[in-house]
Amino acid sequence: MSLIEVVGLSHSYGGRKVLHSLNLAIDRGEVFTLIGPTGAGKTTLLRIIDLLEVPGAGEIYFDGKCIPRSGKQRLEIRRRMSFVHQKPQVFNLSVYDNVACGLRWRGEEENKIVEKVDHILKMVGLEGYRNRNARTLSGGEAQRVALARSLVLEPEVLLLDEPTANLDPISTAQIEQVISYVARQRTTTMIMATHDMSQGRQLADRIGVLLDGKLVQTGNADDIFYSPKNEEVANFVGVENILEGVIIANDEGVVTVNVGPDRIGIQAVSNYPTGKEVYACIRPEDITLAPIFHRSSARNSFQGKVTRVNTLGPLSRVEIDCGFRLTALVTKISAEELNLQEGKEVCAIFKATGVHIIERGVD
Amino acid sequence: MTEIWQGFTKAIELIISLDPEVMEIAGRSLSISGTACLLASLICIPLGSLIHFHHFGGKRVLINIIQTLFSLPSVIIGLFVFVLFSRAGPLGELGILFTPTAMIIGQMILITPILLGLTISALSGVSKEIVDTATSLGASSFQTAWLVLKEARYAVLAAVIMGFGRAISEVGCALMVGGNIRGFTRVITTTISLETSKGNLELAIALGIILLFLALIVNIVLNRLQQR
Repeated sequence: MSLIEVVGLSHSYGGRKVLHSLNLAIDRGEVFTLIGPTGAGKTTLLRIIDLLEVPGAGEIYFDGKCIPRSGKQRLEIRRRMSFVHQKPQVFNLSVYDNVACGLRWRGEEENKIVEKVDHILKMVGLEGYRNRNARTLSGGEAQRVALARSLVLEPEVLLLDEPTANLDPISTAQIEQVISYVARQRTTTMIMATHDMSQGRQLADRIGVLLDGKLVQTGNADDIFYSPKNEEVANFVGVENILEGVIIANDEGVVTVNVGPDRIGIQAVSNYPTGKEVYACIRPEDITLAPIFHRSSARNSFQGKVTRVNTLGPLSRVEIDCGFRLTALVTKISAEELNLQEGKEVCAIFKATGVHIIERGVD
Repeated sequence: MTEIWQGFTKAIELIISLDPEVMEIAGRSLSISGTACLLASLICIPLGSLIHFHHFGGKRVLINIIQTLFSLPSVIIGLFVFVLFSRAGPLGELGILFTPTAMIIGQMILITPILLGLTISALSGVSKEIVDTATSLGASSFQTAWLVLKEARYAVLAAVIMGFGRAISEVGCALMVGGNIRGFTRVITTTISLETSKGNLELAIALGIILLFLALIVNIVLNRLQQR
């Protein structure tokens, strides 16, 4: 049975609907990440799950029990969870007292508190800051205090809202290390909201894509990143090649889709029937570039002209016009070996399995 | 100008010589206003928190009224307390008119709006995120309120200091309900008023300086207390 179940959840702020009849079930011990752009409703969803807010409509079940909309039971259930907010708010107390707060509120004995707090401070690397006023810490240190303050409670559910937003790379790495350590213990159910795709992908057992208040798709990393459900998700998860087309043939699961102004046929694996209007999605890293007249076992091989090369660090983003526009991501080295530059003729190759077909006009 | 200077030297003289009557008057001022401030704080800080943390109709209006009452003149309160405790008044049977108790009650009423209003504004200065964070970490509403009060401690202390300052410096109410009885209800401000009308300016100025000196000491002590 799911530990947390959200049924038909809707919520508005001042007349603006931020969550639309959302359903979600999360199992005990699961690491679930919620991805979506800023303003999609991730924070609101976490706040409602943490019982900080009462939803406009819908129910939340915790451990099988429906949570009442008011009353003492909410505090009892909230005490089984802990929420690390996006902007770390430390109390104007010592680091030790900050971390000890939640335990004191739960009536834990002082000698146990000392033991637990010291252990957790060591885990987040703040053992030397025990007696410092938390208000004097840097952003990264404050976020580690906030994380320690939640972890020390050994919550059944840990909610994290953009835990590394606005942090420098070193602080981000430190926070991620602690989070992934906790995730590996598999004793804490985690729900993490992030707009950082790679972070969401690394840690998660399951990912939910929240767009404009709707949970559009949930699934594992492969489902989300390679089989986005619709154009919106595809766009959000970084599928740069989204080609509009029509299926003109289906040969036992291998379809031919006509794309671009010249109706060029590309091959993909799909069950959609002939005549269906679709999008063909290809991730830029799934396209390889080769010199022209290169022979390949891949079903899709198109000759085209490079229109733009943009090198960022170790990777080059190459735009090609082969009757339809493609963007490929290749290593800087191979871009140099192929002598890629504007006007150069190349061969763009991708497998039929690398093309994901989504139906047009679905939400 | 010479009076001020003479008053200043006289003040130092009186302080150094520990003049028994001056010490007694200063001690009475301190104990009456200190008690009034302490009792009013014990009522107003929790009450202010209660108002701050609850949503109810007319809250805005209530806060506006409280803030308006900051300017309540002490003679009006003196009049009110006088009527209340005068022999024919509703609480006349208690027989506390012209006693320190009546003065304490008067000063408590006088500083209640200040303490309430400034406590509420002190608590409003604590961000909503702090409240959310505490709630998320499993604090009950009482525990959250206590934490917020601790977060606002500097501003709450300023409210208490403000209240004490208003109490020890007022004269109208102390005169009307205390009666300025020598050795019983005579405090610094009522003495200043009396000595000035007697033309004894040096002593009046000296007492004024002592009053400020007392306020300074109370400030230092309270600031020390909250830094711990």
